[in-house]
Amino acid sequence: MIMSLNSIFDIAGSGMAAQSIRLNTTASNMANANTAASSTGEVYRAKKPVFAAVQFQTLNEMHNAGVGSVGEESQGVLVKDIVESDAPLDMRYEPHHPLANEEGYVIYPNVNIVEEMTDMLSASRGFQTNVDVMDAAKTMMQRVLSLGQ
Amino acid sequence: MGISFDRALGIHAQALEVRVSRAEVLANNLANADTPGYKARDIDFQAMLGQQMDGQLEMATTNGKHLPVGGLASEDSLKYRVPTQPSLDGNTVDTQMETAEFTKNVMDYQASFQFLNGRFKGLSAAIRGE
Repeated sequence: MIMSLNSIFDIAGSGMAAQSIRLNTTASNMANANTAASSTGEVYRAKKPVFAAVQFQTLNEMHNAGVGSVGEESQGVLVKDIVESDAPLDMRYEPHHPLANEEGYVIYPNVNIVEEMTDMLSASRGFQTNVDVMDAAKTMMQRVLSLGQ
Repeated sequence: MGISFDRALGIHAQALEVRVSRAEVLANNLANADTPGYKARDIDFQAMLGQQMDGQLEMATTNGKHLPVGGLASEDSLKYRVPTQPSLDGNTVDTQMETAEFTKNVMDYQASFQFLNGRFKGLSAAIRGE
């Protein structure tokens, strides 16, 4: 039973880790929103994390090793990959810009500031939810320890 | 005549265990609130408690290679939630609803805990003869 409560810590912890990675990519995207370049190859592209549920297979291995608890289902979340957005790049005609190419274009990243702001809020709320879950699990655990007193 | 803990504690010990399992499932839903394609799950409390109560239904394992059937959070008590609104990425977690369910579950856990604690207090009062 206590084992199960421990796995809530792991689940909420994985959620917090995933959300902070998301917050990290958002911070990186916003910091580089105006980083210009003179070619499409070297310009910064918005980075997006790909979330995936921790699958049963991993848990099953844990189970066989004797450390797993309950579940037939996934246990937490992980960041499977961080991909670069393939949204169209922002080409601006600025012939006097030091980074302008032969045709006078400067290439700006495909970062959408509005999208990043909403992502930031969503990540911070998600983080908060997981903190609350962990806090609740902690209280439950403390209660078990006081059983019979 | 010894004290039968099973009989003295009643349903509350199992109820507490089911509450913990449910907390785990709901925590998992909340952790995966932003995972594309994740389907929210929940435990059918009634079914699972029933399963816990009649342990006779569990299959005997006579060989190390036998797989245990039933037990905690088996497939028939772990159900998928019916989505309340469509989502573009196939995720069916409604954070607000899950948080409410989680909080409710914590309260129920505390209730079960109080009952169990009361039983223990009663037992120790009986032992001390107060």
